[in-house]
Amino acid sequence: MTEMAAVEIAKAEDQKPRPFGAGYKLIGKDYSTNDLVAKVTGTAKYAEDFRAEGMLFCRLALSPMPHGRVKRINAEKALAMPGVRGILTPDEVPGHANYVNDNGTMIKADRFSELALADEPMYQGEPILAVAAVDELTCAEAIEQIEIEMEPLPFNTDPLDSLRPGSANAREEGNVWVPNAAPSRDSHLEAVKWTDDDFAVEKEGKMPMGHAPEEWSYGDVDAGFRNAALVLDETFSTEDVSHQCLEPRTTMAYWQNGKLYLYTGTQSTMQTVPAIARWMHMPEDKVVFVSEYTGGGFGSKITGAQTLVIPALLSKKLNAPVMMRISREEEHFIGRARPGIRARTKVGFARDGRITALDMFLVSDAGSYGSNGDGGACAQITSLLYQPPAMRWRNITVATNTLPRSAQSAPGGMQAIAIVEPILSKAARKLGLDQVALRRVNCPEGKAEFGPPRPDGKRGYVTSCFLKQALDEGARQFNWDARVARQPKRVGSKVRGLGVALSTYHGGTSGFDGLLVVTPEGRVQIYSGIGNLGTEAFIDVHRAAAEVLDVPWEAVDIIWGDTSKNLPYSCHSGGSQTIHAMTRAGHAVGLECVQRLKEVAAKSLGGEAADYEVANLRVARKGGGAGMSFAQAAQAAIKLGGIYDGHDVNPQVNGYTKHSVAQLAGTGLVASARDTFPHDGDSFSFLACFAEVETDVETGKYTITDYLGYADVGTVIHPAALGGQILGRSTLGIAHAIGQKWVIDPQYGVTVAERFYQNKPPTILDVPVDMKWNALNIPDPETPVGARGCGEPPVGGGCSAILNALSDALGDNIYQRVPVNCDTILTSFEAGRPMQNPLLAHI
Amino acid sequence: MAEWEDPQGAANSRDSAQSKTITRRRFILGVIAGGAAVSAASYRFLAPPSHGRSGSSGAGERLITLMVNGKPRHVDVMKQETLAFTLRYKLGLTGTKLGCDRAECGSCTVLIDDVPSYSCSVLTHTVRGRNVTTIEGLAAPDGTLHPVQKGVVDEQGFQCAFCMPGFIMSAVGYLKKNPNPTRAEMAQGVSGNLCRCQDYTKILDALMRGAEYTRRA
Repeated sequence: MTEMAAVEIAKAEDQKPRPFGAGYKLIGKDYSTNDLVAKVTGTAKYAEDFRAEGMLFCRLALSPMPHGRVKRINAEKALAMPGVRGILTPDEVPGHANYVNDNGTMIKADRFSELALADEPMYQGEPILAVAAVDELTCAEAIEQIEIEMEPLPFNTDPLDSLRPGSANAREEGNVWVPNAAPSRDSHLEAVKWTDDDFAVEKEGKMPMGHAPEEWSYGDVDAGFRNAALVLDETFSTEDVSHQCLEPRTTMAYWQNGKLYLYTGTQSTMQTVPAIARWMHMPEDKVVFVSEYTGGGFGSKITGAQTLVIPALLSKKLNAPVMMRISREEEHFIGRARPGIRARTKVGFARDGRITALDMFLVSDAGSYGSNGDGGACAQITSLLYQPPAMRWRNITVATNTLPRSAQSAPGGMQAIAIVEPILSKAARKLGLDQVALRRVNCPEGKAEFGPPRPDGKRGYVTSCFLKQALDEGARQFNWDARVARQPKRVGSKVRGLGVALSTYHGGTSGFDGLLVVTPEGRVQIYSGIGNLGTEAFIDVHRAAAEVLDVPWEAVDIIWGDTSKNLPYSCHSGGSQTIHAMTRAGHAVGLECVQRLKEVAAKSLGGEAADYEVANLRVARKGGGAGMSFAQAAQAAIKLGGIYDGHDVNPQVNGYTKHSVAQLAGTGLVASARDTFPHDGDSFSFLACFAEVETDVETGKYTITDYLGYADVGTVIHPAALGGQILGRSTLGIAHAIGQKWVIDPQYGVTVAERFYQNKPPTILDVPVDMKWNALNIPDPETPVGARGCGEPPVGGGCSAILNALSDALGDNIYQRVPVNCDTILTSFEAGRPMQNPLLAHI
Repeated sequence: MAEWEDPQGAANSRDSAQSKTITRRRFILGVIAGGAAVSAASYRFLAPPSHGRSGSSGAGERLITLMVNGKPRHVDVMKQETLAFTLRYKLGLTGTKLGCDRAECGSCTVLIDDVPSYSCSVLTHTVRGRNVTTIEGLAAPDGTLHPVQKGVVDEQGFQCAFCMPGFIMSAVGYLKKNPNPTRAEMAQGVSGNLCRCQDYTKILDALMRGAEYTRRA
C-alpha cells in the first residue's frame, strides 16, 4: 500500500462526497463526445452500413434440433441456382489449435470450444452451413434447396434435470464441467448424476444438493450458524437472459494483397485482432479490423466470434467481399446469453442483522460450449458485498443443449445480488430492522476482503470502498426514512413497497498503453484502441491525457475504430475495465508527452527539461521567458528524431503499440507509454440502489415509481456518460426482475421465445420517467486519476431493489425465482406461498 | 394493407395481372416462407459489376418515384419490398436502422407525411406521392442540426445509438402533434421505440431538451 493510500484509507469514514470536476479542467465535466454528431445525423457507420464493390451476401442454415449429427449435405441444386456463388460447410472451417498472440501469450486449443460451423450442433439454432449469393433472397432460396440429413442425438436443456438419475447428458463426454487439478485453470467434462435421495427435498420446494465438484470455504461456518439469532434457508433461481443487442450481428469481409479486411461491431478494437487471427489460423499482422460503431454489446461482443469468421472464410473461398447480416431470430440463437443459476443459500444473522455465516450452493447452466465463471464470480461478489465472517461455496456447472453463454453485464455478480438481497430484506423484516440499517452493518469498507484464502493464505482485498457513504447519502437523497414512515402502505388494491440493494462488481485492470501524436500543425491526436460500444469510454478516458497536457479539448482529435490507423494496445471493453485501465494509460502517456515536450524545448531553447512547463498548447520556461508552441515542438521533435518522433519506441509498451509507433514515426512528437502505476488491491466499484414500487394486488400489475442509484466509482470522469451507465445498467438489471426470460420446450428442446415481443427488454414505459443517480466522486487512492468502471456494478442492484420493494409491499411468500410478473403476484398473493416452481428451467 | 396499385399509368404491362393480387395475407405468408426473404429481396445492387448472372430476385421490379427528404427519387422496387430496404439498400440512406425487421423495436422509424412509421413494415410502393423523411433529412442543408438533434448532442443522449435515429424520428413526429409535452407524454410518444442500452432517463432528458429547442425555433 502506498503511503498516500494508507492515509486515505485511515480516513475512509471521513471521506465526503465531492463536487464533480473539482480541481480539474476536463475531468468530471460534461461535454459532447466526438462521435455524437455522426450518430444524430445518421452518418455513423455500423458494420451493416459498409459496402464493397462486388459484395456478396451470405445467410446461414441453422440446426433445427438441440443436438444432432450432420450425416450428409447435398447442395447440388442450390449451387446450380442463378446468383448462388458457393457454400461453406463445417469441414472447411479451421479446427482447434494452439495460438500464440503478439504479446507472446500462448492460448491453448480447447477441443470443447465452438467452431464457426458445426457438424455436431449442440443447440437449436447453431449454424451448420453458409450460402453466399448475389443477394439475401437468393441465399434464402438456395438454403431451401439444400438437403441436410441429420441424426438426432440425446439432449437435455435443463441443468437440474441433467443431474437426475438416468437422464440424458448434453454431450457424449458428460454433463458437468469439473475443474482440472491445480495449477490448471481449465475444466473437463464428466458424467455426474445425483441420487433419488438427493432429490427428495424437491417436494418441499427446496433445491436438492448432491455432489458438487467445486467448493471453497473460510471461517467457521458451523459456529456462525450455531451462534445466529436467525437462520434463513432459501431456494431461488435466476433466469437466462439473452443480450439482445439492438444491432443484429453483422460482418463484412474481403481480402486484399493477402490481408483480411474485416468490418464488424465489437466491444474491443485492438483486442479483437488476435481473436480473429486465432479463429482464422492466420498471423495478426495480416488482419485489418474496422469497428467504428457498435450497436450494443453487454458482454456478447467482447472480441471475435463465429459471425466474424464465416464471411471471412467465404470471402477467401469465393474471392469476393461477403456481407453477413443475421436476423433477429438468428441473433437470439447465436447472440449469447447470461447463464441462469439455481441457488440454495443459508444465511445466519445476529440480532442486530449482522451476518454470522453464509452457505451457498449453486447449479450453474453452462449451455452448450465450455464452462463459465458465473458460479465462481457469484461467490466472490457475495463474500465482498456482504462481508460474511464465515462462508462456504459449492458449485456445479452443468452443460445443456441450450445456446452458448457468455459474460453479460456483471456476470455472476448480478446473480449473486439477486440471490442474496431478498434474503437480507426478509431477515430485516423478521428481526424488526430497517432494510438500510441491516445493510449498513454488513457493508464492506476500506480495503475490504473477499473470496477464499489464496495459496499464500491471505484473502484478496479491494483498492478502496466507500459504500457506507454511498448508502447513507443515497438514503438521504431518496428520503428513505420519510418514505418508510409514510402511511398507509395500502390504499384500495394498491400497495406501496420500498427496496434497497447493495451492488458491486470489478472496476478495472491495468497494464495497457497510451499513444498520442502532437502534430506539426499543433493538434493533439490521441489514438484509441478501445471499442466504441456506446459507453463513450473510448473517448472519455483520453480526457485524462489531455488534462495532464493541459490542452483545451478542442485541440484534441480522437482516432479510433480501424486498426490500420495505428492504434495502441488497449484493454477489452468488458468487465468495466476501461475507465480504470485506460485513464491510467491516458495519464501515463500524458506524463510521457509532457516530459518529451520539455526535453524538446530544452534541446531547442537551452537549459534543462525541468526548467520548462507545459500549458495552453505551449511548452515554455517556468515563470515566463522562452517557449515554443506545440506545433513548433512537434516540428523540432521530427528534426530530433529518435524517441521524440517515434523512430525509437518507449521500450515499456506492448508489442501491438510498438508496431503502431513504428508506423507513426516522423509524423510529429510521438509519445507512447504503458501504465506501470502500482495498485494495492483489486479494483471494484459499488452502488447503493433504492426503489419504490406500487403493486395492484387485484391484477398483479406493478409500477416502479422511483429509483435512485448512488455510486462509489472513484473519480467521476464524464458525468453524463456515468449517469447513463448507472441508470442504463440498473434497467438491464430491472429487466431481470420484471419480465425477461427464455421459454424452451423441454420435450423437443426448441425455443419458443426468440423475438423481442416474446422476451421483451423494458421499454421507456416500464421504468420511472425520471430515474435518479448520483456519485460520491471520492477518488480511488490506488489509481492516478482515481477512477473506476461502472458498466457492471449497477445491474444486480437494479434487479434486487425492485425485488425487495415487491417483498416489502406483498410479503416474503411471493417469488422464488425471477422474473416476477403479474402471474407470479396474482397467484402467489392469494395462495400465500410462492406458486411458481423455482427449479424448472426456461418456463 | 392496400392492394398493389398501378404505379404510373400503363408502362407496367409486364406483371400487372399478378401485381394486383398482393394482399396483406400473401405478403405475410411470403415473409414467413422466406425468413428474411422480403428484406433480402431488395438487398441487391442495381448493377452488380462482375457477377454475370443476376440472382433470382430481380424479377418483378418496377420504376417508381418517391419523395424522400424533399427530393424526388426514382427507384426500381419490387411489389413486396419494404421502405426500410429501399431506403437503406437502394437509396443509400443507411441512417435508418433495422433492429428486428418486424415492427418490434422502432429502429427503422421514419416520418411519412410527418407521421412516425416503422419503415420495415411499410411497403415502398404504398408511399408514392407521400413525403418520406429520414434521419438524414432532418438537418438543414448547411448542416445546422434539427432542434431535436441538437437536444441530443447537448444532453449526450443515447449510448450505442443504434436506436437513436428511430427515437429521434418518433420524437420529431410526436412534437408536431404535441409541441409542449410533459416527460410522461414524451415517454408515451416514443414508447414504440426500444433502447437496449436502456438509457431511458437520459434519452428523455435529450428529447425534452429537443422539444424546448423546437418550441424556440
